[in-house]
Amino acid sequence: MDNRRKYVIPGDVVTTGPFRPEQNVILDGNKIISTTIGVSEIYDDSVKVISLTGKYIPKINDLVIGKVISHTSLSWELDINSCYVGFLPAQDVFGRDFSAHADELTSKLKAGDLVAARIANFDRTRDPLVTIADRDLGKIDSGDLIKISPSKVPRLIGKRGTMIQTIESATEAVITIGQNGWVVVTCENPEGLLKAKKAIEMVNEQAHVANLTDQVKEMLESRGES
Amino acid sequence: MGGRESTMVLLDENGIRCDGRKIDEPRRILIKAGGLKNADGSAYIEFGENKILVGVYGPRDVHPKHMSNTDTGILRVRYHMEPFSVGERKNPAPSRREIEISKVIKEALLPAVILENFPRTAVDVFIEVLQADGGTRCAALSAASVALADAGIPMRDMVAACASGKAADTIILDVNNEEDQAGQADMPIGYMPTLEKITLLQLDGVLNPEEFKKCVETGIHGCEIVYDLQKKALNEKYFKNGGDK
Repeated sequence: MDNRRKYVIPGDVVTTGPFRPEQNVILDGNKIISTTIGVSEIYDDSVKVISLTGKYIPKINDLVIGKVISHTSLSWELDINSCYVGFLPAQDVFGRDFSAHADELTSKLKAGDLVAARIANFDRTRDPLVTIADRDLGKIDSGDLIKISPSKVPRLIGKRGTMIQTIESATEAVITIGQNGWVVVTCENPEGLLKAKKAIEMVNEQAHVANLTDQVKEMLESRGES
Repeated sequence: MGGRESTMVLLDENGIRCDGRKIDEPRRILIKAGGLKNADGSAYIEFGENKILVGVYGPRDVHPKHMSNTDTGILRVRYHMEPFSVGERKNPAPSRREIEISKVIKEALLPAVILENFPRTAVDVFIEVLQADGGTRCAALSAASVALADAGIPMRDMVAACASGKAADTIILDVNNEEDQAGQADMPIGYMPTLEKITLLQLDGVLNPEEFKKCVETGIHGCEIVYDLQKKALNEKYFKNGGDK
């Protein structure tokens, strides 16, 4: 590992000097201090820390996987593994001619159903508004749900999607990754399903290890032979 | 406290204290990050004979709703002693002392945590004292900041805490139960070493200005020792052979 990246914990001085503090760092005098456990990265004029822990904080346009908790006559509430509940308006599913009298919300989504959704709007004053009106979004009918730490999602995707492509091609599984740390794996071949789940868990546990893609590849191939 | 009459020799002529320590030597300290699966963050500390377990939940929904703040997240702390943590069974209901310590620890952690990014949420810290032997508030505070870091709550710095005090007319580091009962002063200190800021300062007893200054310096020295162990605990969990979360 080059010395521009290092492991930090809250209170560690990442660097000193005229840098712009970005994610997860604060400026105290000329010291740049990490506010979380993670890996620090120093660029030409800015410093950031990539967090290794913490809950999912919704961001607009994130794809998330949510579980329906309950509904009112006008909307569903989704558990999106965050400190806020996702708010899915019924019009989004039934279309603009939705009528609270005529349409029964449970006919489309029931409590416990999994949905792939996108964060349509979120700011600090309101709960996140989610939408399922898009291609590839909507109710998930089959597959296994795996919960990983939301901070490790970028690692599971890998640089330009290398990690996820490696797993998908080796196991023929289809993997839907929610930015909130919930992952749905579908695979027709039960062995491939098990292998894909094992690989995802491996990434979750060893997210900070360098060269993880190669290790995962090795694991997938070695188990294929036995 | 207040120098109660006691037959115990708190400091012998060689400068050795009743439990065999030197005047500036802390007790044995062991800190472990993690350990509780169902909590978002957790820590365990052994501070001499003190054994304390801390679980952190959140940020999460606030119940009751009226406690929530639309500008920022809120911090709630519960310090609780197990009935078996002391010699004679302690009533498990929260006592006056526990309510006070909960408040004091909450106020000592507040300058460190950055909750502005989580409006309308709460971070709950549960501190369970399994075994008590004097200085539990410092040990609990140190463990709570490790657990908060483990839960991924953004923090300006970690709060390390250690007590200093006065027994047998000498300023000592890390007051134990006997010295607390029979000594002359007890001063718990919470300190953020990187920012060089004090977040907790209490004093029970009487000190003159010079003694006060020396006592604060001694306490801060103790906090720095604790801080290194807190860092070590987190490094061990997250950066050693893969981590185990």
